[in-house]
Amino acid sequence: MCDQTFLAITFGPCDNCSETKPLMNIYVKNEPINYCSLCVERMACQGLGPNETLATLKTESETLKTKLEEERAKLHDAELHQVAEKVEALGQFIIKTRRTLKGHGNKVLCMDWCKDKRRIVSSSQVRPFRWRRHEHAVTMPCTWVMACAYAPSGCAVACGGLDNKCSVYPLSLDKNENLAAKKKSVAMHTNYLSACSFTNSDMQILTSSGDGTCALWDVESGQLLQSFHGHSADVLCLDLAPSETGNTFVSGGCDKKANVWDMRSGQCIQSFESHESDINSVRYYPSGDAFASGSDDATCRLFDLRADREVSVYSKDSIIFGVSSVDFSLSGRLLFGGYNDYTINVWDVLKGTRVSILFGHENRVSTLRVSPDGTAFCSGSWDHTLRIWA
Amino acid sequence: VFTFILKFQHDHKVSLPMEQVIVAMQDPDLGIKMKNQRLLITVIPHAMTGNDIVEWLMKKYSIMEEEALHVGDLLVRHGYIYPLKEPRNLVLRPDESPYRFQTPYFWSSQQWPASELDYAIYLTKKNIRKQGQLIDYEKENYNLLHKRINHTWDFVVMQAKEQLRASKQRRKADRIVLECQEQAYWLINRPPPGAFDIREHGPERRNRLTSRVQLVRLHSFIIHQKKIHDRTFIKYSEQYFSHDPMMHGCPPSNPWITDDITHWALNTNTVSTPTKLRVERWSFRFMELLSDPLGRLKFMEYLEKEFSAENLCFWEACEDIRHGENSRIPQKVQEVYKQFLAPGASKWVNVDSKTMEKTLEGLRRPNRFVMDDAQMHIYFLMKKDSYPRYLKSDLYKNLLVKAIAPQETKRSVFPFMRRHRHSSPNPALVAQALEEDGKAKRLGSPRITSPATSP
Repeated sequence: MCDQTFLAITFGPCDNCSETKPLMNIYVKNEPINYCSLCVERMACQGLGPNETLATLKTESETLKTKLEEERAKLHDAELHQVAEKVEALGQFIIKTRRTLKGHGNKVLCMDWCKDKRRIVSSSQVRPFRWRRHEHAVTMPCTWVMACAYAPSGCAVACGGLDNKCSVYPLSLDKNENLAAKKKSVAMHTNYLSACSFTNSDMQILTSSGDGTCALWDVESGQLLQSFHGHSADVLCLDLAPSETGNTFVSGGCDKKANVWDMRSGQCIQSFESHESDINSVRYYPSGDAFASGSDDATCRLFDLRADREVSVYSKDSIIFGVSSVDFSLSGRLLFGGYNDYTINVWDVLKGTRVSILFGHENRVSTLRVSPDGTAFCSGSWDHTLRIWA
Repeated sequence: VFTFILKFQHDHKVSLPMEQVIVAMQDPDLGIKMKNQRLLITVIPHAMTGNDIVEWLMKKYSIMEEEALHVGDLLVRHGYIYPLKEPRNLVLRPDESPYRFQTPYFWSSQQWPASELDYAIYLTKKNIRKQGQLIDYEKENYNLLHKRINHTWDFVVMQAKEQLRASKQRRKADRIVLECQEQAYWLINRPPPGAFDIREHGPERRNRLTSRVQLVRLHSFIIHQKKIHDRTFIKYSEQYFSHDPMMHGCPPSNPWITDDITHWALNTNTVSTPTKLRVERWSFRFMELLSDPLGRLKFMEYLEKEFSAENLCFWEACEDIRHGENSRIPQKVQEVYKQFLAPGASKWVNVDSKTMEKTLEGLRRPNRFVMDDAQMHIYFLMKKDSYPRYLKSDLYKNLLVKAIAPQETKRSVFPFMRRHRHSSPNPALVAQALEEDGKAKRLGSPRITSPATSP
């Protein structure tokens, strides 16, 4: 839409039900057909036909996957780092810890920046979760608060975890006010909440869950606006496309897939399956044309949405622990990865090489986000601290 | 040799890459050269020094010493390598301290749940061998186990005695090695309180039982492919290079580094003169202009001069519908229709007939997306027409000329100046102040300049 001109869904009459709807271009037994999403779902949900067993269907699925890869490989251009050979290499990269925030009594699990570029919200394993400088602390009724997000206005935060819910807390000016009393339960999943994010306003929240789904909620009423089904295992992360008029987001899960979704229709419009293990983090490239992912397979990867394939892998033999979180620098030239071996690796996105390795944390880096104006990034760790690097 | 009741293999994804490293380290040709190490009066075969490990890692992976030490240390913490001297101290020392590889039988990837029974047998053996050899937390664990699995205690003692008898029949060197291996295993799997615990993995995943119908037909969508335009990433990174504080610095200085918040003060949404970089950025793409509140404001001023401000107002109103409260959608949709789309509307926008028809149809059942087509149409209109003209306009050119371009301060100029760190204004406070401001306006009282609206 608008700045993104690669929409995969066409619009027109469905081959099956004849209604004019967004269509999916799919192949059934090598025949191209155009079905609307509802008809595709119906078809997929039909039981096994005659002569079909789970085994035959599995083989059919595998053949189609191979065919998909072949189609993709046909258009295989040079890899990104080959095209970027002539790009000037980066000089020595000096980045250090500028602030260390201690205040959580336990493992830091998640953090988010406020749009004012200076405040952060973070969540941890034990009940209290605090803002920077102990401005507020809220008692949560569950032990692992795995997701938290700042509202665009800066006037509220959302969080959740093993309680299967996402709750919104309006931020007040009175430090002594009991914020827990004003809490609003918005999202309800049937398993743990892994990630949450406000959309362009304070009024809607997007969530991902261990129940395998993502969902869009209306904050005011708690109503479910749209649900997204397509992952076959826990969904661990999500990120909204950076477009004012865009309507898509990407999610990553334990099924090793990264899926791109259309928020309006609930459909999965693109899917990428090249990681070899759980995808812990996904983040869009600043232009919205690509996204990066970090996985337990110790690699970060870059996926080009218009070419519909992976274009770069960021890995090194000496890196043997999984990536927990990734984010880009403002220009997209650098990719920061927080790892389970306590380090942060900095990658040259274009050349595919590692620019620097940052030591400092004394346990897993669980979360990492670049500030909204790109002046710094913040990392949170199981060592109970948050660090700001610049 | 050791009896373990339960034994099953998990796909322990953390350990497998580590195991590849360990296996490479033990390669007969390219691995570490192992030697005999003297431990008190006994000679232990197939050992190596901490130095050997660090040097091998540095060479094999072309990494610096700090990283090699870090990786080696992780291998020790995860029980793949154990120290012969000071066995309880599971760290890698980059010196002549002796280390050995743990036997694969004891690798953490084997993932038996290191049962209570096995641990009890181990502690009992230690206790029998030398009274008082158990340290505090081990004594506690021993007593706890004695209570908890008391019904099997005869078996535990019997096993412990059997294993001790069997080990006495080994050569001394073998016996010491086996004892070290077992000790290392239990240090990993039953760490002292407060120490690194390998079993910590965070909440359990994979709670879904079986994959659904996804396995079947749905994988068949093959999207029409486009060739990669790899140059897009190169172009984007080049364009934004000087705007990326981490690549190019941040005029006058990065507040996180120098504690000087001038950079933030110069870039607020209410500043009267924007910076050069900021104004430049508005010309990169239409979205940059719109997503910067100040940029949008200046663009609105331009459109007002051109008598096409209603386009931007309409676009903003549509955004408000799309992202606003669910309950207010019908009301907002009606207002938008009256203001922008109805015949004779005060801020009528020029939408093509097909889109108008569709929108009117959708108005019968107003939903969040009913204005999408019209909004897109107007967005493209602005993008293709007003936006390029704006960039060529005197208004924009003046902004660029008058824009502030602060000099990059060299850090060395202020080596010892410590500026006071102030808390940034609470956005909630700002919002409240703006609301009060708005209320005051509506009530007709004189405008109060709120001190909180600027840092």
